[in-house]
Amino acid sequence: MTFSPQLEARFAKLLESYPAGRERAAMIPMLLYAQDELGAVTDELVAEVARRVGVTPLQVNEVVSYYTMLHRQPRGKYHVQVCTNISCLLRDGDQLLEHTCKKLGIGNHGVTEDGEFSVEEVECMGACSWAPAIQINYDFHHDVTPEKLDRLLDGLRKKR
Amino acid sequence: MLYNEPSPLETKVLTRRFGMERSAAIETYLATDGYRAFQKAAGMTPDEVINEVKASNLRGRGGAGFPTGMKWSFVPRTSPKPKYIVVNGDEGEPGTCKDRLLIESDPHQLIEGVLIAGLAVDAHKGWIYIRGEYRYLIDIMDRAIAEAYAGGWLGKNIQGTGFDFDLYTHTGAGSYECGEESALLESLEGKRGVPRIRPPFPAVAGAFQSPTVLNNVETFCAAPSIILNGGAAFAALGIPKAGGTKMTCLSGHINKPGVYELRLGFPVKQMIEEVGGGIRNGKKLKAFIPGGSSCPVLTAAECEGATMDYDSMAQRKTMLGSGGVIVMDEDTCMVKACMRLMKFYAHESCGWCIPCREGTTWLNKIMTRVHAGGGTEADIGLLGDIAKNMLGRTFCPLGDAAAMPMISFVEKFRQEFEDHLHGRPCPFEHSGVGVTA
Repeated sequence: MTFSPQLEARFAKLLESYPAGRERAAMIPMLLYAQDELGAVTDELVAEVARRVGVTPLQVNEVVSYYTMLHRQPRGKYHVQVCTNISCLLRDGDQLLEHTCKKLGIGNHGVTEDGEFSVEEVECMGACSWAPAIQINYDFHHDVTPEKLDRLLDGLRKKR
Repeated sequence: MLYNEPSPLETKVLTRRFGMERSAAIETYLATDGYRAFQKAAGMTPDEVINEVKASNLRGRGGAGFPTGMKWSFVPRTSPKPKYIVVNGDEGEPGTCKDRLLIESDPHQLIEGVLIAGLAVDAHKGWIYIRGEYRYLIDIMDRAIAEAYAGGWLGKNIQGTGFDFDLYTHTGAGSYECGEESALLESLEGKRGVPRIRPPFPAVAGAFQSPTVLNNVETFCAAPSIILNGGAAFAALGIPKAGGTKMTCLSGHINKPGVYELRLGFPVKQMIEEVGGGIRNGKKLKAFIPGGSSCPVLTAAECEGATMDYDSMAQRKTMLGSGGVIVMDEDTCMVKACMRLMKFYAHESCGWCIPCREGTTWLNKIMTRVHAGGGTEADIGLLGDIAKNMLGRTFCPLGDAAAMPMISFVEKFRQEFEDHLHGRPCPFEHSGVGVTA
């Protein structure tokens, strides 16, 4: 399996970051960084990471199924994650989730037909003092109102 | 960058570089006493370093509040195994968003704290575990680490002291449980984040079964000031049994939410009224969670005379925790707030031990039923029963973290639970504010 030179460089550095014989430690970072490039954790990726860190594909699958950020199915190009945990809830994060779903015409965990957007209700993302907060892919957006969310999503649509 | 205006009531120690131009750059750090504490510590014996940290009365800032100097002293220095330093940057406790700012605005302070811990326990390698959602912080930290290597503050024979240290970042991938120290170590080793049975504690058998110092980001960030200005000076900022300052995250129904560095022992009422600008929309305070969602909730009456420190909170049967202060006004539906927390713990339970896996699942189901109006009197008793049977019976503190708030919500706001029973609609559903709108 071939990856971009940047990703290969990252993998090489990761595999040197842990004590000798403990290459398995690189597994989770490798999966997440590779997923960013591929869009999902594919069977091929599972096999490749297993080979590189010296475990079985089953051992990789067992890890993939545990972590919420690792996913086997592709998400939208823009993955909109809306926090509804306590601090965001107190500032109407639950309504923001509803608004996001309505705006995109999909449910929680849905992907738009054109593959551009997906929505996920997420747990606390560490933006409690600037609630309600969302992340679009890895970018944080704070103090989000429905209007601000509309502007953000419309802006991303135009980028196409 | 700054996310909120600083308050004049803050005591800026860990945050003193916040808001400076290019505060994360090594030049800024070096121009403001950066790495001088490392050089001072390199001239001290490991015992002297540990004693200075003990004298500071620094306690772990991740939530458990264990004395840091003592934790460091548990590492068996005569062990033939390599020793490691692991930074817990898996900040995930609902209400908590402080480590994020410490890494973003001053990553070199964290590196220097790690180096000081390395000198104290003879460790030469470390990892900064950062939650996966904080990808931009991994980039900031990687840049700072590269700057430190280039400037001779990491690597071989640092600044001619003969001390070697290698430091790496390590990403998580979405798991609250990995903020628990033994689950974090499993995750660091490339496994599911399932907690380990203890003993042995990480100080004896931690990362890769080697002696390991594992502390929260904020705890390590306090080390440079402690070494540079002396443990006594840091201790003097707080109260007798808890030294220094605490990064405090104000969230919820407050006028000026934000992260503020306050000396330990800061009065709760002054924090809410003056630092946080009071309750928004002129409403009254109903409840207050002092240190992240795992801490028992306090009523407004219980806040009278309370101070933000370990003992004052323990007297009120709650905890200072991680510093995530969640403020709820009079219109908040406590049943809904509690329901959301139980949904969280059910989602995050790793499933390894039965009392937690089943307990959090049932608490979530019953809370959902009660909030929707489908509950009976028996459910209220059942919630307390389940929670009490989880306490102290799980592998790791996640079970307690769900049970403790559950018990406190029922005990202190029982009437609100009763008001939801027998098909009645949520009495707060139409009050038009925050959680209830």
